[in-house]
Amino acid sequence: MRSRSRRVTDPCSRERLAQWMFLAPAGAYLLLFFGYPIVKNVVMSFQQYTTTTFYTGDAPFVGLKNYAMILTSDLFPKALVTTLLFTAGSLCGQFVMGLAFALFFQRRFPLGGVLRSLLLLPWLLPLVVSGATWRWMLDPDTGVVNAALRHLHLSPSGVPWLTGTSQALVSVILINIWIGIPFNTAILYGGLQDIPTHLYEAAKLDGAGPLASFRHVTWPLLRPVVSVALVLGVVYTVKVLDIILVVTGGGPANATETLATQSYELSFQQFEFGRGAAMSNVLIVISLAFALVYLRAGRRARNVDEAIS
Amino acid sequence: MKRAPARGWPSTIVGIALLALMLFPVYWMVNASLQPAGNTLQGGWFPSHPDLGGYVTALRDQGRNLVTSLVVALGSVALSLGLAAPAAYALAQFRIRGTNLVLIGILITQMVPGIVVANALYSAYNDLGLLNSYLGLILADSTAGVPFAIIILRAFMRNIPRDIIEAAHLDGAGRLRVFRSVVLPVSRNALITAAVFTFLFTWSDFLFALTLTTTQTVRPITLGIYQYIGAHTNQWNAVMATTVMASVPAAVLLVVAQRYVVAGATGGAIK
Repeated sequence: MRSRSRRVTDPCSRERLAQWMFLAPAGAYLLLFFGYPIVKNVVMSFQQYTTTTFYTGDAPFVGLKNYAMILTSDLFPKALVTTLLFTAGSLCGQFVMGLAFALFFQRRFPLGGVLRSLLLLPWLLPLVVSGATWRWMLDPDTGVVNAALRHLHLSPSGVPWLTGTSQALVSVILINIWIGIPFNTAILYGGLQDIPTHLYEAAKLDGAGPLASFRHVTWPLLRPVVSVALVLGVVYTVKVLDIILVVTGGGPANATETLATQSYELSFQQFEFGRGAAMSNVLIVISLAFALVYLRAGRRARNVDEAIS
Repeated sequence: MKRAPARGWPSTIVGIALLALMLFPVYWMVNASLQPAGNTLQGGWFPSHPDLGGYVTALRDQGRNLVTSLVVALGSVALSLGLAAPAAYALAQFRIRGTNLVLIGILITQMVPGIVVANALYSAYNDLGLLNSYLGLILADSTAGVPFAIIILRAFMRNIPRDIIEAAHLDGAGRLRVFRSVVLPVSRNALITAAVFTFLFTWSDFLFALTLTTTQTVRPITLGIYQYIGAHTNQWNAVMATTVMASVPAAVLLVVAQRYVVAGATGGAIK
């Protein structure tokens, strides 16, 4: 570790005060907009917090009732399974496709750089825009996807992409994969660039084919970046709301309800803020579990980063 | 560093084909936006007779929301950078006890689901009269920008050589002076990266728009699109024209500020 400023170790308080002034505004903001909501959310989850609370200011404490209600509702196990399927499905697809694109763009060919950066577009578009476009493309009667399937005589009657209970979940997963591919490509491509070329040359001299050099050089050295990509993927996917609300609204017959959409609906459609808070706390616990994994993965990635450069 | 041996145009052709497949939805959005009103599927695969009617309708209905989004996004960029830049500098260059704890806290904020923040803010905003206000949205939307900007800026500011900062101190400049006239100018690229992403985060925000605005007065474009879909599913050309206009910042930034976008995509995740 480099030695930083000498004067900061000086206990002289004027200097220290000046330093804290740099941190104070951001610190205050983070406390107000993350600290307060997290605490408030925990408190709310033990209260009967409804529309009337806004008029009377009354929010009686009800103990674990909110948790009991959401955990025993018929929807909870279904939403939990949907969340897991949505997250696992999105992640697998995004990662595999992202890695394939990253490996493809690692070769040098004319226009490669331009094409690689254009690929980022789906990731930069507002989710509502992507959702609206896909909803229009997957419309069972007038959408282009079914039109193409009919045209190619693959499915004369068309697929009920968004109206069939089992197809709708597959549809939102596919859309989310499409959105996530560019991000995975970008960070995996970055990781690939950091692998020293002489390792590939050495592998080649040892007679390794492309598959063997992927297994013995690329994959082990890419591992830290892979774990960062996967963990960030989980953390972002678990809380996805925009896509599902825009494309299916959680339907048909709750087939695409996740914990996140449930939390939104409880709070902002049924105005049961207490139960919505309880549901989102379940979500926080899941996210934080992965956050811990992320911190460990991040540390390993940094070590590799420093070792290479 | 030497890269894999150069290959020729076959790879380019495969690349173009893959990209065409990936970007087809974007093409289809633009195509649909240029079709005449009505059942636009019959309009065909190419907008052979482009019709700007969708845009006229979209601008009439959604023009105001586009302006709202612009105001909120710019406000959020200003607020996020204003808060993040000094903090990032402090975390990068001062030896302050608890720095690691602060950094872990910042990483964790990125994991907090937006719905948790929205849930708590709704009641607080209700009491403070911040629902349906620009300020309320700017403050809430910056929850994405502030932590991200701190991470990006700190990663960059760690690498500012101590010498130039010490030299400025020796010249008699105070901490604030050094920050303003040395640190900020050399951090220009990182500041642009942070600004680009903060703008995109805020422009794309849907959750806070959905939960913290209840009237027409302050309505970002994302919420406008959402409500459009509910009401106008038979006017897809207008809906798609709105989505095209809402995509303009992403497209412009990709072309104009490409290297900052790439820097943010990888830097924010790992560093």
